[in-house]
Amino acid sequence: MSNVLSQRGLNWLRALTAGAAEQSGYPASVRVVDAALGGQPARYIAVVPDAQNRFPRARSGEVGLLEGWSLGCALDEVIEADRDAPVKRAVVAVVDVPSQAYGRREEALGIHQALAGAVDGYARARLAGHPVIALLVGKAMSGAFLAHGYQANRIVALRDPGVMVHAMGKESAARVTLRTVDELEAFAAKVPPMAYDLDSYASLGLLWETLSVEAIETPQGDDLARVQACLEQAQADIRTNGTDLRGRLGAANRAASQRVRELLRAQW
Amino acid sequence: MSDLNALLHSRSFVELGARQRAAALLDQGSLRDLLDPFARVKSPWLEAQGIVAQADDGVVVAKGSIGGRPVVIAAIEGNFQGGSLGEVGGAKLAGALELAAEDNRNGIPTAAVLLLETGGVRLQEANLGLAAIAEVQAAIVEVRQYQPVIGVVAGPVGCFGGMSIAAGLCSHLLVTREARLGLNGPQVIEQEAGLDEYDSRDRPFIWSLTGGEQRAACGLVDAYLADEVSVIRECLLQTLEQPGEALPRSRQYARFLDLLARFDAAPQADAASVRALYQGDQA
Amino acid sequence: METLSFAFPAGLPASRRAQVGCVGSGDLEVLLEPGQAGSLNIQVVTSVNGSAERWRHLFERMFAGANPPALNVDIHDFGATPGVVRLRLEQALEEVSDV
Repeated sequence: MSNVLSQRGLNWLRALTAGAAEQSGYPASVRVVDAALGGQPARYIAVVPDAQNRFPRARSGEVGLLEGWSLGCALDEVIEADRDAPVKRAVVAVVDVPSQAYGRREEALGIHQALAGAVDGYARARLAGHPVIALLVGKAMSGAFLAHGYQANRIVALRDPGVMVHAMGKESAARVTLRTVDELEAFAAKVPPMAYDLDSYASLGLLWETLSVEAIETPQGDDLARVQACLEQAQADIRTNGTDLRGRLGAANRAASQRVRELLRAQW
Repeated sequence: MSDLNALLHSRSFVELGARQRAAALLDQGSLRDLLDPFARVKSPWLEAQGIVAQADDGVVVAKGSIGGRPVVIAAIEGNFQGGSLGEVGGAKLAGALELAAEDNRNGIPTAAVLLLETGGVRLQEANLGLAAIAEVQAAIVEVRQYQPVIGVVAGPVGCFGGMSIAAGLCSHLLVTREARLGLNGPQVIEQEAGLDEYDSRDRPFIWSLTGGEQRAACGLVDAYLADEVSVIRECLLQTLEQPGEALPRSRQYARFLDLLARFDAAPQADAASVRALYQGDQA
Repeated sequence: METLSFAFPAGLPASRRAQVGCVGSGDLEVLLEPGQAGSLNIQVVTSVNGSAERWRHLFERMFAGANPPALNVDIHDFGATPGVVRLRLEQALEEVSDV
């Protein structure tokens, strides 16, 4: 397997926080940095590869047992720290997660519960009034994205072939649906929610903004400034318009999601 | 004689379909089926892929009461597309929970019961299923602030994928012996990690790690129940009556990180080593 | 997958509607609703291609000359055998029949 581990998450985390110190006490795969966003305090979080991870199936940036629970910890710290604060600090999830960890140890020890720990943290932070923003700089796959990013109020994605949101990799998805990879790709070409490209994903209305950058691997200069400005706008937008997830509804390719809610409300 | 009587009157919950399950748990005559099959809100994506759609997309939303308390039950039909969640079924689940949260904000103490028989995201609607599951999770955490959100994994499908994370967010989680609960389906783990890591055809091995009995022994669920309608309903009644004050499992990062720090991850895990770890903590 | 339509003479409209079954392997979902007096209309969506004659025979045996209630019938089939189809239809008809 040609497995060049992605450094995008770490690179963007460092660039956005201007190299500020990382919080101690976290595993090497979970990087937590407190730094400013638009002059206000914020917490930036990334899950990154760690070749020495104690859990061998979580060495390539996957969200595993330690990562899930540690995300829950990083978010609970913020909620507690701002418990009495009139303005809650923003949380920025820098997302470059190839998958959840697939392994025997993980299933046996309850990785679903660890990822629930992460989702719990993000959801409670949002409910407590923290603006939560996800910045997609690489893969945002399946359970890993549910645990790290999908609870955000606003999702911002960089335009790049390496930025991808999906429920399952092609080979596994083909196996589970009893199709060949070719058949899967043929369907993906005409069914937007099945597609692996960012434009198709954007057509579902789940992204708040997409941004083009010159050099996604090496964030700096204008690229960095533009992304920072966008994150600041997202923060301001959340502070003005609220921390719920209603902004995700409305796209034509997601019309049924809205219609079901309207009908349910009418019959409730 | 009483044993025979009990046997004659026992009624399997696992064998019931989603709509029958909801009816069996709610107070008699209280069920109101929202967006029922005759509303014909089907998947807008399946037929284009040559797959026959079900009229209610495999998710039943039933309002009613349990022991007189207002409850919404969202039940997934495991026999339709493996209980997978697509856009419509996912929106029914999320929308029902969102309306339950709104009830609570308005002073109506609606609790939620989720009957989970699901492989997770429906891959034919991939990203719309994933998005809906994120919204289901958000709504569980919101409703949980006010009233219990009780997950029931009865089997035989079990609860996998993003919906296993949703199960992990419930304030209370009930399972039977026929239940399995895990993030990744066995086939997918084998595909991604290889046969040595996970043999998807070795059923005893898979049950030993992810079956209801093991999850109960490890304290990863709150009750391990017989497959019997009256037993499950009684447990719901008690839980709604006395939900308790325990910190939801998904908030217990400190405890779980401490346990994981003590776990030797070098050898491969097995059912016994995981039980020893989690039971040692409970003792 | 294919969609088939059938019509038979019928009596008065049924007074209720009914839903039975599930679009699961070897099973089908049947929805019955009161129709226009005199006609029984059936629409079948099935995962099995080339099965029109099989459905026609089955319906003819059940409904031709039997003066069934007037109904609109929707069938969503996932490869059910004729025996299972007949069982589900009888279940559904019993639910809408006036006792």
